[in-house]
Amino acid sequence: MADTPDRPARARAPRSAPPVTTRQAYVLAGNRIPFARAGGHYNHVSNRDMLVAAIDGLVARAGLAGERVGAVAAGAVLKHSKDFNLTREAVLGSALAHDTPAYDVQMACATGVETIVGLADKIRLGRLDSAIAGGVDSASDAPVVVSEPLRRALLDLTRARTPQAKLAALARIRPRHLAPVAPTTGEPRTGLSMGEHQALTTAAWGITREAQDELAMASHHNLAAAYEAGFFDDLVTPFRGLVRDANLRPDTSMEKLAKLPPVFGTRLDTPATMTAGNSTPLSDGASAVLLGTREWADEHGLPPLAAVVDAEMAAVDFVHGREGLLMAPAYAVPRLLARNGLTLEDFDVVEIHEAFASTVLTTLAAWEDDDFCRERLGLPGPFGKVDRARLNVHGSSLAAGHPFAATGGRIVATAAKLLAQRGSGRALVSVCAAGGLGYAMILEAAA
Amino acid sequence: MSDRYLELVNRGPTAALATRLGLPRPALLRRYSPGAPLVPGPVLVVHDDASKGDADAVADALVGWDLDVRRHAAEDERVGAVVLVLTEVASPADLGGPALAVGGVLRGLARGGRVVVLSRPASGAGGDAVRAAARRGVEGMLRSLAKELRGGATANALVVRDGVAVTSASVLGGLRFFLSGRSAYVDGQPLEVVSHGGEAPTDWDRPLVGRVAVVTGAARGIGAAIARTLARDGATVVAVDVPTAGDALARVANEVRGTALQLDVTADDAGARIAQHVAARHGRLDVMVHNAGITRDKLLANMTPDRWDPVLAVNVLAPLRITEALLEADAFGPAPRVVGVASTSGIAGNRGQTNYGASKAGVIGMVQAWADRLAEAGGTINAVAPGFIETDMTAKIPPLTRQVARRLSSLQQGGQPVDVAEAIAFLASPQAGGINGQVLRVCGQNMVGA
Repeated sequence: MADTPDRPARARAPRSAPPVTTRQAYVLAGNRIPFARAGGHYNHVSNRDMLVAAIDGLVARAGLAGERVGAVAAGAVLKHSKDFNLTREAVLGSALAHDTPAYDVQMACATGVETIVGLADKIRLGRLDSAIAGGVDSASDAPVVVSEPLRRALLDLTRARTPQAKLAALARIRPRHLAPVAPTTGEPRTGLSMGEHQALTTAAWGITREAQDELAMASHHNLAAAYEAGFFDDLVTPFRGLVRDANLRPDTSMEKLAKLPPVFGTRLDTPATMTAGNSTPLSDGASAVLLGTREWADEHGLPPLAAVVDAEMAAVDFVHGREGLLMAPAYAVPRLLARNGLTLEDFDVVEIHEAFASTVLTTLAAWEDDDFCRERLGLPGPFGKVDRARLNVHGSSLAAGHPFAATGGRIVATAAKLLAQRGSGRALVSVCAAGGLGYAMILEAAA
Repeated sequence: MSDRYLELVNRGPTAALATRLGLPRPALLRRYSPGAPLVPGPVLVVHDDASKGDADAVADALVGWDLDVRRHAAEDERVGAVVLVLTEVASPADLGGPALAVGGVLRGLARGGRVVVLSRPASGAGGDAVRAAARRGVEGMLRSLAKELRGGATANALVVRDGVAVTSASVLGGLRFFLSGRSAYVDGQPLEVVSHGGEAPTDWDRPLVGRVAVVTGAARGIGAAIARTLARDGATVVAVDVPTAGDALARVANEVRGTALQLDVTADDAGARIAQHVAARHGRLDVMVHNAGITRDKLLANMTPDRWDPVLAVNVLAPLRITEALLEADAFGPAPRVVGVASTSGIAGNRGQTNYGASKAGVIGMVQAWADRLAEAGGTINAVAPGFIETDMTAKIPPLTRQVARRLSSLQQGGQPVDVAEAIAFLASPQAGGINGQVLRVCGQNMVGA
């Protein structure tokens, strides 16, 4: 496939009015299993089993056992081909009525957000009254791929009809073909891992090691405090003996984080700043979010937590180095807010997915940067400043871990509950994803 | 939690061997299943002369339940149950006739048979010592009779307070409970009916239809059995347990088609959160079962605060605070039922359980003290006191001690979690509205703490 360069970035006028809607879609409840580190508590546990656990916990919390929900949409980023109908299979294994339709969604790390937005849109349009959005990922139980020559030889073998043809297919296999291809989160077009890509962005924006470690430490301390306060009592259900996120280090400190050696960007000219402490680990886990109309919620005695107001996707050209791989949210958020006539100050809760501490910090830096906002976003000046006291107040992916497709559900459930506790206000959710993708979303406290 | 010995002496070639060796043979108990006959044969109604009127009324009620009721023992006939009405007995001299009449049919009592005595409390006899002696005598006879019965048969008594008719809802409701398989592991127990309160359910198999019940400690063991039993009887169940037991709790909640509420009952806002949950989801609360309980056994000589305090906090302080909060919040519907879980350890004591004993006796104090308050609210508060029940908790007891503990009851076996659950479901039912401030032991008439 020929790689044609894009047209130069050009500022486009945002759409003038928010989308027309017929009714509101609400977040009614959330649930997830504690997130584990890859190769840890959920080693050899399948995506299906984790998704069933997340759904069953949600069903128990909402009292939906044996009930038909309008639809369940979920997905996984690392997915076995045998799991082509992962979500439907999970529904059949869950406590939901078996006549609940289900389908798979996949949009890299934005899978969770996309399932929520997609189902919320269906609810707003009147096609569904209720739905469950989910996401799951296992870096432990990832599919192992065989080498291309071996794969082709095996396919030919299955199609061969004569003994000679079978032998001929087998004869093509060489010992070196037998080495499995390890699963990777590397970008297919650049061959760079996500961490190496982010290291480029981190260096370009001059984000310091100290700033990254501070953000990581805050994430751990905030998440631990939220657990202690019982915030997750109705958002998390234990699984396989794990009660809290395995990655959580309540007692981490700047000193401890400072001791970790850099792991990304070590070959760049600039000092390497990204460590295992300020980057998310490979993780296993699943999450689910219950969505519905107010009427459906009332019938089920479920107080709505927050309304799904609007959402915006974005993508950036990282292939030619025009933008950092994980910078798409920096574009999605301003477009989304312009469309809704809002500024960053209008948000009481801000959730920016911590793929890496520096992802959050480069995004914040970009929004405060005059040149970036003028040239890349087409704005008259800096987009604005996020009040750090409103950012990821109960921790985020650095502490919780990041099972790719499960992260959206974790963030949206947390943001929705924060709004419900406040009783008013708005939340902004921002998630970056592989492939230069990004997703932003607005939630509003249910009146 | 299986009792291998119980299985071996009841099934296959080992059963015959056990008989020939003369080993004790605990019976397979007759437990309730919806639709099963209430009693395993005809019901004989026996009475003393003075109680004839009451006996007639009770017999009429039994006929109304389509039972085969006999007023006179026939030669060599097997009976499923005997109802002994002694409500008006005036002197110990009058006990012999009816007692011997019952004795005459005991050899024909079916496996899983029942003897239910209807009497009145000695305390209600005023200064009439002769009558009080007769009434107290009934209780003494009952306890010994229960120890004599075999084949899984039990004997229990309804002690009907003076002024309460034998046809009142809770006397008949209690009679039905004792006759049925629901009371399989209740033996040798007098249960007092204090008022004419309560009402017969529309459907005896689903007496809790439309009721909303909260069960704490519902993730496993007795709590899970309570959730299942209340749901089977028609209740909508809110299953509560600590967040760390959330996965087991979710399974129970989904199984009974209820809701799971992850909550530490010792939290300051536990009562408020339960009230909020039931108000939002169900509009009200009808049944509150305080089942959550823990043990931290240690001789008092070696006791530490970290073993004493949590036991008191979970077992008795939490029920006190949650009940208070629910009453304050006006969370209950028109006929609240609060049921606590005490223990025979709280009645008789148990070596190494000073903390547990204090907490479980505390539960008894709570239900006795709050009976009037609940009565004013149109409801009741009672407790069950389980004896040796086959659970994860008792599975940790050393094997030999466990075997001894099992055989130390009249039924020669441990109870199942469902046995405790059945007693709680009865106390939570509309037909138990006249039973208030009482403690019902579910212990197979354990020798400990009689």
